Order: sequence, then structure tokens, then C-alpha cells
Amino acid sequence: MNFDDTPQEAAFRAEAKAWIAANAPKQYEDELRKASLGRVALKGANILEVAKAWQKKKADAGWACLHWPKEYGGRGSSPIERVIWQQEEGPFGRLSSMFIIGHGMCGPTMMAFAGEEQKRRYLPPLASGEKIWCQLFSEPAGGSDVAGLRTRAEKRGDEWVINGQKIWTSGAHYSDYGILLTRTDPTVAKHKGLTMFFLDMKSPGVEVRPIKQASGASDFNEVYFTDVRIPDTQRLGNVNDGWNVSLTTLMNERMSIGAGVATGFPELFDFCNSLMLEDGPAIENRAVRSKLANWAVKASGLKYTSMRAISALSRGERPGPDNSIGKLVAGSMIQDVATYALDLQGAAGTLSGPEDAEVAGKFQAMLLRAPGTRVEGGTDEIMRNIIAERVLGLPGDIRVDKDVPFNKIPTKGRA
Amino acid sequence: MNFDFSDEQKQMRDEARKFLSEQCPPKAVREVLDGKAPYDKALWKGLAEMGFLGVAIPEQFGGAGAGHLELCVIAEEMGRALAPVPFSSTVYLAAEPLLIAGSDAQKQKWLPKIASGDAIGTLALFEGKGNPSPKAITVTANGGVLNGVKKPVPDGAIADFAVVAARTGSSGRESDISLFIVDLKAGGVEIKSLTNIDLTRGQAEITFKDAKAEPLGAAGEGWSVITQVLDRAAVLMAFEQVGGADRALEMGRDYALDRIAFGRPIGSFQAVKHMLADMYVSATLARSNCYYGAWALSTNAGELPEAAAAARISATQAFQHCAKNNIQVHGGMGFTWEFDCHMYYRRANAVALGLGSLSYWEDALIDRMRKKNAA
Ligand SMILES: Cc1cc2nc3c(=O)[nH]c(=O)nc-3n(C[C@H](O)[C@H](O)[C@H](O)COP(=O)(O)OP(=O)(O)OC[C@H]3O[C@@H](n4cnc5c(N)ncnc54)[C@H](O)[C@@H]3O)c2cc1C
Repeated sequence: MNFDDTPQEAAFRAEAKAWIAANAPKQYEDELRKASLGRVALKGANILEVAKAWQKKKADAGWACLHWPKEYGGRGSSPIERVIWQQEEGPFGRLSSMFIIGHGMCGPTMMAFAGEEQKRRYLPPLASGEKIWCQLFSEPAGGSDVAGLRTRAEKRGDEWVINGQKIWTSGAHYSDYGILLTRTDPTVAKHKGLTMFFLDMKSPGVEVRPIKQASGASDFNEVYFTDVRIPDTQRLGNVNDGWNVSLTTLMNERMSIGAGVATGFPELFDFCNSLMLEDGPAIENRAVRSKLANWAVKASGLKYTSMRAISALSRGERPGPDNSIGKLVAGSMIQDVATYALDLQGAAGTLSGPEDAEVAGKFQAMLLRAPGTRVEGGTDEIMRNIIAERVLGLPGDIRVDKDVPFNKIPTKGRA
Repeated sequence: MNFDFSDEQKQMRDEARKFLSEQCPPKAVREVLDGKAPYDKALWKGLAEMGFLGVAIPEQFGGAGAGHLELCVIAEEMGRALAPVPFSSTVYLAAEPLLIAGSDAQKQKWLPKIASGDAIGTLALFEGKGNPSPKAITVTANGGVLNGVKKPVPDGAIADFAVVAARTGSSGRESDISLFIVDLKAGGVEIKSLTNIDLTRGQAEITFKDAKAEPLGAAGEGWSVITQVLDRAAVLMAFEQVGGADRALEMGRDYALDRIAFGRPIGSFQAVKHMLADMYVSATLARSNCYYGAWALSTNAGELPEAAAAARISATQAFQHCAKNNIQVHGGMGFTWEFDCHMYYRRANAVALGLGSLSYWEDALIDRMRKKNAA
């Protein structure tokens, strides 16, 4: 048992470190390091431009999308090299948040299902951040139950005509392309009538309407499709096989381990170290210490769970479904940590103006972002289902709609 | 990075698991549980023959000289099987202080006997309610004899010798405490068995009346040794706890697959699935903390105090969590004497206290993190 790099890993790390030291936008390092969950913004700079510039620089030097093949804009690295890169990139990795969906999910789906010429055309600019992609899966009628979606795609000659609505689409407002899951046959069971496409978000008939989130920010959108035309050549996978294609996308989410999930614990620990309560320093209060200790072991448990996963990666094993643990644990934890940090401040915990933002504001930002963390990419309940079914081997949920034609499934809970 | 046990260590785990599943089935645990024997003597001998008792004891003292990672592997299996033997008291609480502070002669005298299963040892630290603290120690050592009462002493009624923490000064500081080795079969020692929540492991009250004691380590350094012993034991015990948690989870999962209610396996009910998923999550977080503790223990890293506390807290929580919910998954069956669930529940709640309570370790963890931060 050791934490040492192999000689090759050490050489890779040294190379990465040197390149980052020479090239990263260091003027933003401090701000990025301090940015609290869900609030990566830079004062006096357009975050999108800064992020794109950093991504382009990485791509030009061969440090973008490390695990992708070279011909598609990557580096052909091993999974472990990717993790080492993330460790070395540190706070600058936070600039990648708008590329995560494209790099983590859309790219791999294109790689698996697009034609060779399309891959060479679309993937390099995706890797370099010149083009941003989004994932158009969720709908008002289908979130956890993705296969419950209703957006229709109808074949007209060599084209498909799309009508319907997507929702919660992260980054649609600045995306150039998207992968889109549609219904192509409503008369068969819901998983059997879906088809996947990719499309240009600037196509006529695509309308993006930002949604104001509970946090006050607007990172995701509604996307409306009115007679949007997509050439059949932009279909990914076979007609009515979209469910399997989407599984590829969702499986790839799992590969995105290593960077470490935010738990809010380091922030809380620092805060308790400096906070004076009525009867002395918070850190010396028994009740406070007990709470801190409980979160400390969750945070370290997550950290070392990911190190075990990284060790497995370096042995060439594939990440298993137990990587669902990170998001499941961190989501509620950050919510609880933030609630507690505010509680410790009493009435002052409500303040978030510029003077108080450093303390209360930081935890308020966490508090207001956390509900989204627990929902996006699969809710806590769906994560628990995944662990129960795929790790522990328990039976799948009873599906009353499994063999029913989609257009016969009830659409309202209360009649 | 290889944050995992080696193939040889995993092979050792498989061996231990196989051995224990044959030599220590629940039926054997129940012999002790039902009071038919104070511990499983045949199993104890078998463990010695397998080399498990001396796995971390150097070869020159009769052990296998493998190391603490190997001991962690064995500890996990002992916890899984709820082995009703004085393993933790002898191996973690008596052998470790000897390894840390013993003279060559003392090591030569006791360690080979521990490795061969010929001597059972224990640590006599506690004196009634409360957590480890030099202030709580009132047993005195004067002119080579001990006086006072220790309780509870794990496996005290079956132990051959004890490492005893006693007061040798009155300055009110840690340096008042020194360690001694006492032959429990000699004169001046009265031992009374105490009933306790975990019926598979005994506890005792030991009264010393001018009992002859031999100093272990330098005078005044007892508390520093105790702290190191508790940290090491915390990691090792945490592995036992993770083993127990894993087994409780497995029992719950298996029952959920077999038991039918409302026409379907109860494991298809989401409330039950989610309960089991949460058990898996807490066991996994604890396991990961334990691995870090194992690394720190085996390399004697400066991180050990913090790593030990984290492993201890998270394994305590995981075992308690899994043991209680295993009963819930089993419904009424889980509450019967016949089903094994209660044995894990008892053990989970007993080992949670044996090295100091959860709140004690919580306090220690934050203290240690704070010191590291300030450094
Ligand atoms: C910040 C954010 C970003 C997002 N970005 C994207 C994106 O870029 N692209 C995209 O396509 N989607 C995106 N989503 C959508 C996201 O994937 C869905 O919101 C999520 O899968 C949940 O679906 P839903 O909102 O329809 O909730 P519902 O599915 O309606 O869930 C409501 C409640 O019911 C529970 N529930 C539902 N089904 C089950 C079940 N089988 N068992 C137990 N409980 C169940 C849920 O856990 C939840 O508590 C984003 C969401 C958020 C919050």
C-alpha cells in the first residue's frame, strides 16, 4: 500500500506540472481556489472567455481531453494519467465546468456512434473548447424516467422533423451543438421507440429560454423545438435504438472520477477555527467538535474511496457503479454543512451583502446550490437504486409501464 | 499509487476467511454466547497454527514478521466471523505495548507465547465509567507492587498477564502514569468476571493487592505508550468493525432476496433497497478510512493519530448502522435469539466503547486535525 507514482506516472506528472506552471492563467488562481460550489465567476472577466482560452491553450499543447484518441483532439492517455492531470490542474480545473457535459458525455457518445468523417469534424473543436455541447435529454415528463420523454422526431425524406420541449438543459444558452433524445415510435413500449441525434443549436426552430434557478443564477434552460430539421446523417445509432445509445452516454458519466467531489468540509473546518462564539472559540465547543468529526470522516471516506478507485484504474480496471457514492454522499453533506455553518452564526447567518459575503455568503451559496447537486445527473433516490441493484444485486423496481405501448401510459397522477 | 492490499495480502485474507468459515461458524460463536465456554480454545489454537496470532510479531520473537497490513487483513476477518477469542486484547492491547516499549527480555518472554497461543494478554486501563485519561487512573505502583481496581478489563478473566497503567507520581500530569506487566496467575490478584452486552467476549474486574509488577518501558512514559497503543488498536479494531459491518450488510441483502412479502421479495421494495444501499455507503466510507489508517499504521507515518481517529469513528458508525438495520431488514426474525443478527448488534455496540467512546474519538480527531492545521 503506497501513494507513490510509478516512474512513468511520475514522469507524466512532472511534465504536466511544468506545463501548467508555465501556462495556466495564474491571475485567476486565487479567485478560482476560493470560489464556492456553484459560483465560479471571475471579477472583471468573462468566465466563458477565460475558460475557452485555457481550454484552447491546453488543446494546442496536447493536454485537452487526455483520454480521447489523438485524431479526435485528445492525447490517448490512460485513465490514471487523466487523474494525475486533474490533480495537477487543481483550481484551474474549475474553468472546465462548462465543458464537462460535452467532454464527458456528448463526445464519448459521438465517438461510439457517429461516422468517421463526423468524428474528425466535430470532436477536435469540442475538445479544444471552441465549440460547446449540451445534452438534451430531460423533459417535463421525463427526468429520472428519461424514457418517458415526448419530443417527437418524424422522418420526412432524408430529414427528421423535431417538435417538443426539453428542460433543465445546462449551458444550452451558450452551446453550439447538442445531443438529443427523441421519440420516434409512440406505439411501442417506451424504451423501444427512442432515437438519438446530434444537432446544431443554431438550427431554425430551436428556441432557448433560460430558467432562473432557486439559487438566483441561470445555468440551465428550457429548449423548444418547432419543426426543427435534422438530416438523417446526424442520427446516432439505429432508429428506435436511442435508449441503448443514451445508456452509453450515461455510463460515461461514471468515468469522470478523480477530481474529488466538493463536500464543504474544509470551508466549515476553517470557519469553526476562526469563529468566536459567546463562550469561546467554536472549535473548542464539544457539540461543534462532534459535528465536525462526523463530517470529517465522511469527507475523508470519500477522498480515500476515490483513491481506491484511482488505484483500480491504474491497474486497468473499469470504474464500477459504486462511484455513485460520491455524489450521493457529498450532495446531502454540503447541504447539511452549509445549514450548520449558518446556524452557528445565528441571525447574522441570514446576511449576504458584500460585507458579510465572505462568511455567510459563501455558505449560503452552497446551501442554495446543493439541492441541484442532489438532483442533477440522477437524484439521490436513483443513485440508491443504482447501488442497490447494480452493486448489491437486489431486484429492479417494479415497472408497471414496461410492456405498455408508450401512448397508453397514463400521464397524470391524480385523475 | 497502490492504495489497496497486495495480491499476497488478499490471498491471506481469502485463507483467513476460509479458515474462519470452517472453524468459526455461527454455531461455534454460540457455544461461547450461550456460556458453554469462556472462549473458543480450539479456534485459538488453530489461529496460532495458521500463524495469525503472531502475524505482526517479528520472527526473532516467534512471530511471522509479516507486518501490520497483514494484521489488518486478519482483523477484518476476525470481525466478520465474530470470532469468540481474546484476539484483540492479546494481539492489539498486550502485544503492541510490548513491541513499542518492552525490553528484549520482556519481548522474549511474552511475544513467542502470544504467537503460539500459549499466553493470553490484556490491557488494564479503565477504572469505571469514562474515557481514557491519565486523570482517571488511581491504581498505584509503589515499591514494585500494584494496588487498586481496574474495570472493565477485556478478557481479564482468561488472561495470563496484563499490561497495567498505574500512577507513579502525583504531579497531576501525564508523566505520573507508568506501565507495568503483571502475571495474573501470581499472588495479590483477584479477578471477577463481569457480565456484558457482548456475550462472545468477556470483561472482568481485577483487584490488585500488593501484586508484584514489572515496569514496562520508562517510568513516566506510560501515557505516551497508551496513546500509541490506542491509536494502533483503533485502526485494527476498525478493521474488525468493517468486517462485521460487511457481514451484517451481506446477511441483510441475502435475507432481502429470499424473503417474500406482498408476493415479491422484500428486496424489491425501495425502502428496503435504499436502507441496504445506505448500509453499503457507510461500510464503504469506513473501509476507505480504514485503508488510510492501515497505510499510516504500517508506515508509522506522522498521520497515524489523525488517521486512526477517523478510521475508528467511521468504522464505529458503519458497524452500528449496518448491525441495527440488518435487524430491521429481517423484521421479527431479526429480533429472535435464533437468528444471528443480535450477535452482530451486540458486538457492534460493545466494540464501539472498548477503546473509548465515539465522542472521545470525535474529540481526539478534531484536536489532531487542529494541531496539524496549526503546524
Ligand atoms: C442543475 C441541474 C442541471 C441539469 N442539467 C441537465 C442537462 O444538462 N441535460 C439534461 O438532459 N438534464 C439535466 N438536468 C435534469 C436532471 O437530469 C433531472 O432533473 C433529474 O434526472 C431528475 O428528474 P426530474 O427533475 O424530472 O425529477 P423527477 O424525476 O420528477 O423526480 C421527482 C422526485 O421523484 C423521485 N423519483 C423519481 N423516480 C423515482 C424512482 N424510480 N424511485 C424513487 N424516487 C423517484 C426523485 O428522486 C425526486 O425526488 C439537470 C438538473 C439540474 C437540477
